[in-house]
Amino acid sequence: MSRRIVGPFNRVEGDLEVTLDIESGRVRAAYVNSPMYRGFEQILAGKHPLDAMVFVPRICGICSVAQSAAAALALAQGMGIRPPPNGRLAANLTLAAENLADHLSHFYLFFMPDFARDGYGDRAWFADAQARFKALTGSAAAEVLPVRAKFMNVMGYLAGRWPHTLSLQPGGSSRALEEAEKLRLKILLAEFRGFLESTLFGDSLEAVAALDSEAALYAWMEPRARNADFPRFLHIARDLGLQNMGRATDRFISYGAYSDGTSPLFPAGLWADEKLQPLDIGAIREDVTSSWMAGDVALAPEVGRTLPQPDKENAYSWCKAPRLSGRVVETGALARQMVAGHPLVRDMVDRHGASVTARIVGRMLEFALVLPVMETWLRQILPGDAYCYPPLELQDARGVGLIEAARGSLGHWMDVRNGKINNYQIIAPTTWNFSPRDASGEPGALEQALVGLEAEEGGNAAPLAVQHVVRSFDPCMVCTVH
Amino acid sequence: MKDVMQHRNLNLLWLQSGGCGGCTLSLLNADCRNLVDTLKSFGINLLWHPSLSEQSADEVNRIFDACASGETRLDILCLEGSVLRGPFGSGGFHRRTGGISMMSMIERLAKVAHHTVAVGSCAAYGGVTSAGINPADACGMQYDGDAQGGLLGEEYRAAGGLPVINIAGCPTHPNWVMETLVALAAGEMYEENLDVYRRPRLFADHLVHHGCKRNEFYEFKASAHKPSDLGCLMEHMGCKGTQVHADCNIRLWNGEGSCTRGGYACIACTEPGFEEPGHAFGITPKVAGIPIGLPTDMPKAWFVALAALSKSATPKRVKENAVADHQVVTPANKRTRLK
Repeated sequence: MSRRIVGPFNRVEGDLEVTLDIESGRVRAAYVNSPMYRGFEQILAGKHPLDAMVFVPRICGICSVAQSAAAALALAQGMGIRPPPNGRLAANLTLAAENLADHLSHFYLFFMPDFARDGYGDRAWFADAQARFKALTGSAAAEVLPVRAKFMNVMGYLAGRWPHTLSLQPGGSSRALEEAEKLRLKILLAEFRGFLESTLFGDSLEAVAALDSEAALYAWMEPRARNADFPRFLHIARDLGLQNMGRATDRFISYGAYSDGTSPLFPAGLWADEKLQPLDIGAIREDVTSSWMAGDVALAPEVGRTLPQPDKENAYSWCKAPRLSGRVVETGALARQMVAGHPLVRDMVDRHGASVTARIVGRMLEFALVLPVMETWLRQILPGDAYCYPPLELQDARGVGLIEAARGSLGHWMDVRNGKINNYQIIAPTTWNFSPRDASGEPGALEQALVGLEAEEGGNAAPLAVQHVVRSFDPCMVCTVH
Repeated sequence: MKDVMQHRNLNLLWLQSGGCGGCTLSLLNADCRNLVDTLKSFGINLLWHPSLSEQSADEVNRIFDACASGETRLDILCLEGSVLRGPFGSGGFHRRTGGISMMSMIERLAKVAHHTVAVGSCAAYGGVTSAGINPADACGMQYDGDAQGGLLGEEYRAAGGLPVINIAGCPTHPNWVMETLVALAAGEMYEENLDVYRRPRLFADHLVHHGCKRNEFYEFKASAHKPSDLGCLMEHMGCKGTQVHADCNIRLWNGEGSCTRGGYACIACTEPGFEEPGHAFGITPKVAGIPIGLPTDMPKAWFVALAALSKSATPKRVKENAVADHQVVTPANKRTRLK
């Protein structure tokens, strides 16, 4: 057996290092290390509660709005207020725009370039993949960067700017749209739809959303495999067997996304043991056995602590290990769509379990499912009606903000005493997915997903399969440790 | 500067440390054909960037080492995120694979770089990562807040002769970064192009107030009271736009946006120390009802006198719209052929 330390991984938004134990050409065990600590939870202590709105988006440049949305929810709960419909619709649009832009960046900039690596030089699709997806030189990035920048102009109207807006407030949105701006947003959404349908899918969003089984997906892919980018990926993925690569626990959680005031578009829940179950938020604990953090027992986030202990023995990551009822779960677009019951991902997971392919399919489906709803939300906004209620002073209060970022479930637990933040705990999506081992020795989701992958002994390169699996989670390392 | 011009290709290495990656994500919004090709057309070769490059793991370490040893020429070193000095000065809060701290990696690379650029307020001054109890002992490359020093020290000059260039902002505007890089590549960036906090004057010679859509409300001191109100954000909502150096309301963000256009205060994110203003960000600190932070270059007595006068002369339209989220009174139509 040999041990290899692989890192730094790039195209993962932040810093990541993975230690692999390799035996007989396969990964036998993996240890995932988040090697950077900044300490936002410690920074927030003692601040004015509304100052959280300034600090939390700056945890992460790619999930910035998601962090804002979670804090706004936690504060609103503490204040006992709810935004007016316009405020809720504007917040949903802002979060959805970020989530879709993140899916786009992940697919084109972070994930696909690995198929243009020289290691795949012998594959029939290699020349096509290299021309299209090669990092920095492929035709896709050159095409997608301006499309993405243009789409992000929706943030200019909805949020003032992106990243790091203060428009999302506990009482709604500080940015009241005018009729003319609604029309400009409508045009921007239409242009983005045009790009998705012509370049990413080669078909209408509605047709993609209606794909209901793996067989239907591959039948749909065949005629498009050289004309559109998602079918291109499916063609490559089937050739490489990525549908059998990267399975973790097959236990999926979602906090529920995009509320209409009473119920979310994608519901909250736990998918485990092949059935949908209610999600018990009270059963979340953060274990720090393998984290460079002080503490003995796994604490619930509302009473959680963040105290670095850099010299702790047997620890190997700054990341804590969140567990649900003591079990490892996976979160992300695939999890969200598993809980929501989309037949395509349910069929794929039923056949192979979670995989690199299924995680990408979950993300691609969300373009098809969410953009049409964004068009509806925009129509429902009524200029002239209220966008925001004023915030209330908080003296002693608790609040929880649970939302879905592009890469999964994000929770903020806030405790205010004497008008100041007493404790603020954050569990980010990648904290779940890339957590280290817990007290029982159970490895985190990625650590499990890497086991069994092909890896040659010797050297210190990152095996291609390892890179695909790591990036299939769309990790955000700056959120992970925060 | 001349020797740089002789190189056809300028190697740019982009590092991230104690930050959020938001300046990179903002850079992807740059208003250009596409980031990579636009940089290339000015001779800038992205040697490695954490979000955009193919190379991972051992391949990255080889690039870092080749730059540090001089084997690969390092023309422009960009750091995004602050330098994490903790715990106990070890730099251990951010280690590169192999054990060496990013802090010492940055130091080694800054020694060989022809130009050193801090992208964002974290890399420049410490920024948000250094707020509160500063748990990771974060600082900027050549500043610690508004004090010179930081990691590299007051005397540091990159091989090209310039100190660290601070493209401040949280995040940076994409075009501030593009224009600074293009100016460097063209040999058109000199010390006199930097302001007192070493920010490129191409954006720091303006105030956020310049071009603010709320200027008519400012003129009449017709103020917003809650988020989404149209009025001026200075009196009650914590806005520092009249004091803060940046051209956010002239060049705008994401098409037609800016913070004040988004309905919220300018929190001075391009200024050193903005992360600890000593008051809640969204509430203007006042003494005897007068904001402490008066507009830059404005004598206090004049401000107080003019504010009182303009408040008493506020037109009904401006007064009512200031506390509404849409125009409840639209501008009157006068006769045609306006004089």
